[in-house]
Amino acid sequence: MDFLEIVSLLAATLRFSTPLLLACLAGLYSERSGLFDIGLEGKMLFAAFAAGAVAAVTANMWLGLLAAVGASMLTSSVQGAASISLKGNQIIAGVAINMLAAGLTTFLGQSWFGQGGRTPPLPDGGRFPRIRLPFATELSGVPIIGPIYSTVLSGHYIFVYVAFLMVPVTAYVLFHTRFGLRLRAVGENPKAIDTAGISVTWMRYQALIITAVLVGIGGAYLSIAQTSGFINNMSAGRGYIALAALIFAKWRPWPALLVCLMFGYLDAVQLRLQGRDFPIIGEIPVQAIQALPYILTIILLAGFIGKAVAPKASGLPYTKER
Amino acid sequence: MRRPLPRWADLVLLPALNLIMAFGISGLVVLMIGENPLEAYRAIFVGAFGSGDGLGYTLYYATNFVFTGLAVAIAAHGSMFNIGAEGQAYVAGLGVVFVALALDQTNVLIVVPLAVIGAAVFGGIWAGIPGWLQAKRGSHIVITTIMFNFIASALMIFMLNRFLKAPTSNGLESRVLEQAAWMPQLRSFMPIFGHSPVNLSLFLALLLLVGFWLLVWRTRFGYALRTMGQNPTASLYAGMSNERLIIITMTISGALAGLVAVNQILGVNHRLVENFVAGYGFVGIAVALMGRNHPVGIGLAALLFGVLYQGGAEMQFVLPSVNKEVVVVVQALVILFAGAMEGLFRPILERLFMLFPERPRHAAVAAGAAESEG
Amino acid sequence: MVSAETPVQRPEKAAAAAPAIELRGINKHFGPVHANRDIDLTVERGTIHGIVGENGAGKSTLMSILYGFYTADSGDIFVNGQRADIVDSRAALALGIGMVHQHFMLVDNFTVLENVILGIEGDLRLAPALAKARAELKRIEQAYKLDADPDAIIEQISVGQQQRVEILKALYRGADILILDEPTGVLTPEEADDLFGVLRTLREQGKTIILITHKLREIMAITENVSVMRQGQMVATLKTAETSPEQLAELMVGRRVLLRVDKGPANPGEPLLAVENLVVTDDRGIPRVKDVSFSVRAGEIVGIAGIAGNGQSELLESISGMRDQKSGVVRLAGEPLSLEGDDGAHRARLAGLAHVPEDRQRMGLVVGFEEWENAILGYHYLPDYQNGMFLDIGKARRAAEAAIATFDIRPANPRLKTANFSGGNQQKIVLAREIGRDPDVLVVGQPTRGVDIGAIEFIHNQLIKLRDAGKAILLVSVELDEIRSLSDRILVMFDGRIVGEADPATATENELGLMMAGIGKGASA
Repeated sequence: MDFLEIVSLLAATLRFSTPLLLACLAGLYSERSGLFDIGLEGKMLFAAFAAGAVAAVTANMWLGLLAAVGASMLTSSVQGAASISLKGNQIIAGVAINMLAAGLTTFLGQSWFGQGGRTPPLPDGGRFPRIRLPFATELSGVPIIGPIYSTVLSGHYIFVYVAFLMVPVTAYVLFHTRFGLRLRAVGENPKAIDTAGISVTWMRYQALIITAVLVGIGGAYLSIAQTSGFINNMSAGRGYIALAALIFAKWRPWPALLVCLMFGYLDAVQLRLQGRDFPIIGEIPVQAIQALPYILTIILLAGFIGKAVAPKASGLPYTKER
Repeated sequence: MRRPLPRWADLVLLPALNLIMAFGISGLVVLMIGENPLEAYRAIFVGAFGSGDGLGYTLYYATNFVFTGLAVAIAAHGSMFNIGAEGQAYVAGLGVVFVALALDQTNVLIVVPLAVIGAAVFGGIWAGIPGWLQAKRGSHIVITTIMFNFIASALMIFMLNRFLKAPTSNGLESRVLEQAAWMPQLRSFMPIFGHSPVNLSLFLALLLLVGFWLLVWRTRFGYALRTMGQNPTASLYAGMSNERLIIITMTISGALAGLVAVNQILGVNHRLVENFVAGYGFVGIAVALMGRNHPVGIGLAALLFGVLYQGGAEMQFVLPSVNKEVVVVVQALVILFAGAMEGLFRPILERLFMLFPERPRHAAVAAGAAESEG
Repeated sequence: MVSAETPVQRPEKAAAAAPAIELRGINKHFGPVHANRDIDLTVERGTIHGIVGENGAGKSTLMSILYGFYTADSGDIFVNGQRADIVDSRAALALGIGMVHQHFMLVDNFTVLENVILGIEGDLRLAPALAKARAELKRIEQAYKLDADPDAIIEQISVGQQQRVEILKALYRGADILILDEPTGVLTPEEADDLFGVLRTLREQGKTIILITHKLREIMAITENVSVMRQGQMVATLKTAETSPEQLAELMVGRRVLLRVDKGPANPGEPLLAVENLVVTDDRGIPRVKDVSFSVRAGEIVGIAGIAGNGQSELLESISGMRDQKSGVVRLAGEPLSLEGDDGAHRARLAGLAHVPEDRQRMGLVVGFEEWENAILGYHYLPDYQNGMFLDIGKARRAAEAAIATFDIRPANPRLKTANFSGGNQQKIVLAREIGRDPDVLVVGQPTRGVDIGAIEFIHNQLIKLRDAGKAILLVSVELDEIRSLSDRILVMFDGRIVGEADPATATENELGLMMAGIGKGASA
């Protein structure tokens, strides 16, 4: 593989990791607050659909983005009502959300646009453009640095830059602000927060809001940036992989970045690995690579790669004890 | 002080309310796209029962939903959430197709029982591994079963692609099975069922409903399972091995889900087709929740969803603007209201019932059950 | 230890006469349970005030009201002379009341400093908040001689140090009045002494301290005043210097109607149950049974007296197979029992050991089951209840009916959901089940907790009958009366050890009370 191939592979890696990274960081906030967010997949799908639908109709990509975040917020409030206020089973709520998303997006998509569940290709102004960093074309000729600058760093959608920026931002918020301290406390020992006079419920809703925004952006990326329009089930399990990545990263932002990059790399490299012969193993079936994120998660959960210690209060509705 | 609901309210009223809410909101969605929900529901009903064909299809769907519903329900009796029925049913397809491809020259009486065993074994293993991981390593069964769903997808496509693909077809499917591996369809002796693929698996499903009841309420195992599900400290006190219960139950769960493969591969498609499970594993969750994990409820709920699926397909012909995905919406709302929002209905109902005079046995509860606290 | 610094000058010097806390007529119900009845309490400022009582006396409830966790049904609270409405813990903190809980409210993977500032960080950004807090914490540590490394991680420091962090949290928030709830339950004796040193320093600095405990040694050691609670009522408030452990023990344990049980003399035979050097840890790894040895002979009832929380629960769980032992042996008729694994209780039953648990609803019953289903809990594997592959429901129900008749369980309906039976009848269900299979050894905990008078008598008679039939019975109870009237031999358990043995015929209530509270013959000084 020559240098240019490597460079384009890296660029593809960044592109593929972006929605995953956004979903993963989104999940980080919920999970750190003690919510078990199985519903990430559904939220992402709703967001992607909302973005695709609104952008197609209004030819305005920003409205599309807004719609995505809005859809995600709406879904999160349902989840919030079910699992925080009504103290319901968070898992069932999540499963229901995912199923609802799959059904409703196809249903509305078909009803509104009649194209088998997808939204129409986006008109001008409906899709986000790629961003060319200054001097990208001029520098592309420079050996080594040139292609890296012009292909890997430049030419991405704004979402990619935002996603990567969110990593240090999240790290800062989580570990260097008051909010982050309280958030982590709620996930570990909600009683400690309660006795300090802070509302556990409100902390968790705040986490849900942040999650909604991030996963909304992630969904929008799928339908009005990476692709032109919403396609049936386009989230394709990313919400679950994001959860897996989160567990793998032990709920920390920088490791999450690495894990998402790794998964993105696997995605990017899939096509290139097909048909290639490796010594001893022979050809690696593409499905094995596709299944790799899930298999790795299982191995981690089984405690074979160190213990994945979730925030202690994860998944438990908070009730004041007698 | 809270008074528990009378039994009939718990078993009938709550699910009914749940269903009404689910249909109500789905109805709103239908309204949103400019159609009349009542017409849609009528079309569904007619599509499901209005013809022998329709009835046959309804029963065929219901068969699958019984299998996956029972699978989810048995785990639920042990307080476990098996979201992996989809993947377990899929992998069971391997068990079925291996037996069928090897033995489809012989006789249906040999193939079917062995295929059933094959399905149960493969499906059972696919659920048993997450069960073992939960029991011995504490890995959360919800996450592991979801992961196994995805791994199943990848695995099956790989198997189809690499080993099982029929040379004659374009799609991702195995070769067509010989007659000996065809599960007899009911229409061959009940022509009323027209073109529908409902087959003898239906009777297997009915048998399993009875068997489920026997297992859960009439065996030592079922007794231990229910004890653990309701009070894991009591099961520890009683000397029941929670670890063993978890693993065995999950395996049975996967085996039950796996029977979908028998229905689909032997009874309907007569070959292994990509994604033949088509979401039935998830319907099982709704069916188990609606049916309160009881075979009678599961049977009825499975029938209900059979009606929805068949009726939904028919409705699309009659009202082309109402997409059959509305059925998935109803399904999702059923789960949402049944599981996650129980906290919504129960207190309201309890308060309603408190308006009625207390019956003597409830007074005994109030008088005796209080404990002093420190 | 007298501090070299002068006591902190307080602006409220003029109101120094007003007591720190005054409670008048506090009442609190939990459903039908009257947890606090008409409580009056006065705590002088600058003192260490002890509150003693057995479990269930209502101490924790009262303090929870003071700290804002609960609101009283009626009554008034006065803090520093002013009437106060304590609606939540924030209000309590604003009034200067801080609580050090029995079970710490700390975030295990945070540092000490992070735990201290949680909730009152004072800045949106952590770095400046932590810096400011660090300085303030240092000041507090020096003022009160409380050492704690601000950067240590909670789960890595000792329990004694964790408790210190709880105290620091309260002081950091400006607490003037500190409530400590059973603080020494998780401490080693050395750590407990350290704690007392800290408390004395705090008092010298003008703080008021309320100490909830059942350990009389502690009361005598550092309190000025002590209030005794019993069964939800405030029984007495005394100056510590003017009372004695004996008097306190009597007030604590009380003079109740002794339920006379008709029993003949015991005729003990060979030891059937032997416990040797048993060490049992709880879920957090803290040793709760610390090297206990004793034996129970056939035809005798050995009663273990003691206040709840001194290891009795872990002892019962271990002997019955519900909890693995750290070390030591349990023998039945000489043979060591192998009780490891999550089916240990099954093997215990097979060996002939039955268990009536302390908490029937949590352990001994499945309240959602019908009565007959609970009647076979733990014995469902017996061939008696099988019919081929299946459970013989008919046989099980008939057996349940027979038990209902013998034990006079009401309502006499084996199909009724167990939740609908009263406490006494639920206990009878459990007892009938465990006695019904003719065990050689019966271990039983709190047999009459939450049980009405009529059933109490019945249950006691059943136990005597069992003894007379030559069985060995180990009885654990916090009701001293029960122990005294039923046992042939009494052992007293305190802090995980057997601290004394007594003959029920000759031992006085006071003697036993003292041993139960950690003082007296056989107890550690």
